[in-house]
Amino acid sequence: MDWINAILQGILLGGLYALFAAGLSLIFGVMRLVNIAHGDFIVLAAFLGLTITTTLGLSPLLALCLVVPVMAAIGYGLQRLVLNQTLGEDILPPLLVTFGLSVIIQNSLLEIYSADPQKMSAGALETASLALPGDLNVGVLPLLMFGVAVAVIAGLQWVFYRSALGRAFRAVSDKQDIAQLMGLNKAHIFGLAMALSLAVVGLAGVFLGIRTSFDPSIGPGRLIFGFEAVIIGGLGNLWGTLIGGIILGVSQNIGAQINPGWQLLAGHIAFLIVLAVRPRGLFPRID
Amino acid sequence: MTTLPNTYAISRSSRASRIAAVAGTLVLALLIAAPWWAGRADMRLLSEMFLYLSLACLWNLLAGYAGLVSVGQQAFVGFGGYMLFALAIFAGLSPLAAIPLAGLLGAIVAVPVALLIFRLRGAYFAIGTWVIAEVFRLSFAQVSALGGGSGTSLPVAIVRAMASSRSMREATTYWLALAMAVIVLAVIYLLLRSRNGLALTAIRDSELAAQSFGIDIWRNKFVVYVLTAGLTAMTGALIFLQKLRISPDAAFSVNDWTAFVIFIVVIGGIGTLEGPIIGVIVFFLLRETLSDLGTTYLLILGVVAIAVMLKAPKGLWGTLKERTGLELFPLARRVVKKKN
Repeated sequence: MDWINAILQGILLGGLYALFAAGLSLIFGVMRLVNIAHGDFIVLAAFLGLTITTTLGLSPLLALCLVVPVMAAIGYGLQRLVLNQTLGEDILPPLLVTFGLSVIIQNSLLEIYSADPQKMSAGALETASLALPGDLNVGVLPLLMFGVAVAVIAGLQWVFYRSALGRAFRAVSDKQDIAQLMGLNKAHIFGLAMALSLAVVGLAGVFLGIRTSFDPSIGPGRLIFGFEAVIIGGLGNLWGTLIGGIILGVSQNIGAQINPGWQLLAGHIAFLIVLAVRPRGLFPRID
Repeated sequence: MTTLPNTYAISRSSRASRIAAVAGTLVLALLIAAPWWAGRADMRLLSEMFLYLSLACLWNLLAGYAGLVSVGQQAFVGFGGYMLFALAIFAGLSPLAAIPLAGLLGAIVAVPVALLIFRLRGAYFAIGTWVIAEVFRLSFAQVSALGGGSGTSLPVAIVRAMASSRSMREATTYWLALAMAVIVLAVIYLLLRSRNGLALTAIRDSELAAQSFGIDIWRNKFVVYVLTAGLTAMTGALIFLQKLRISPDAAFSVNDWTAFVIFIVVIGGIGTLEGPIIGVIVFFLLRETLSDLGTTYLLILGVVAIAVMLKAPKGLWGTLKERTGLELFPLARRVVKKKN
């Protein structure tokens, strides 16, 4: 029964990893940018949520109404002011600039909030659980997070393939110059893509902060989880990313079940196995 | 003026490079003699600079020439360090013998790693290298014979056996660090002057054009990756020989062994042999003057790196080279008039 429980909790954890990954996948799809500071933005959002809940006395879920728009605004500003200047043939400038951003965010958070682990409290919701047949219990909060993750993926899928904004995203992704000729302002479109990416990051960060304790140094680890979910699922496939997140979450929980020291290692090994066997991921988008 | 066919020649050396060679030899002689003129703290600082120089040159070879942007070189720094400790503790090897062996093992382990992560492109390759470093860190944390997560120290007997006195031991580790930096510079210099170096420079300038000339890009990158891993592991072994203590978090620290190294190369000038040298000097000047500021110092480093990347992406040396054509290591070919 422990094993089934581990797998079930792993699936729910996978939803959170898919949220880490969705924003990463989105901006890579639109502008071939990999944001090394992605994980640090997740932690920044968690700290932002913490400040809002403690100063305004709001519940973390209500704080989302503030965190998500603030993160989106940061994303748009960052893209227009800094990252747009780095895009081009050479992959080095965006990589190194976001690497620098990662160092800046980590140390700013360290300066403001110190290295002590923090946690957001969601009150009674945190301990509420549903009893399933066969002695299994599922926390309401992890279930809620998983549901939100599925909804976010579905929403992004809809935006990307069914909306005018998504059409613009796909147009600049396919051919930047032609899209520009057709009257799209690519600097603005890229700004919107980053805004959307960091809005999802805002959601992921607050969920992370409710689920576990966090400190300024854990960002890179979250980036790696998100990245692994993207690669396992297959580049450019949003539903694949959700499955990638689930595979990662389940592997980690199975690893932890065998030996607590193997939790993270098991996740990385699952990723390396997929990379060795199916280098383009399990469900690559058919081009 | 009539130009006869044999009045011009292709040459690599220039006045600047000949002066630099003489000056470099003098500086090297001065540095070799450091145990007789420098204090203990100065020697420690200099060794640290040499080891950072070696890491920076190697990262520059990877990212600046082979186009392999890795943020996971700490994997090999830590691996080299751990191999030194393992060979010394379990096999009773003297650290001096264990260092080259650690390098060899680093190169060997890099082969399967490269086969796996070369499947990822560009920025995803970068994060892939990071995953590998994490796997190494978590794996070594599971080895209880090497202290597990809390790490271990080099046994006193092994340290004592290295040299007769403490000052002699310090001088030895200093010379080893200096030798490491010289070896790395020499290997990269010779590599870049060879046929393979020409291929690498072509790949750096345009991968597509290089491929159309029949250069095997995968093989060239693979060779550079494995060579860099071996030398990085040797440098890592030396770093932890100096520290005498190793733990997974210190050995596989992304800040210490990759972020700082990238900073050095970006500031100095990526894709030039001189860049890392300038970068190391600037980095240590900043560190010695600002390190009291703690986290603010790291913040400043991040801001400076972003500013350089946006405003002068070629770094200090690259910008100077662009304006003056100055080159201290004779690598580029130029047409010169023959003296008759």
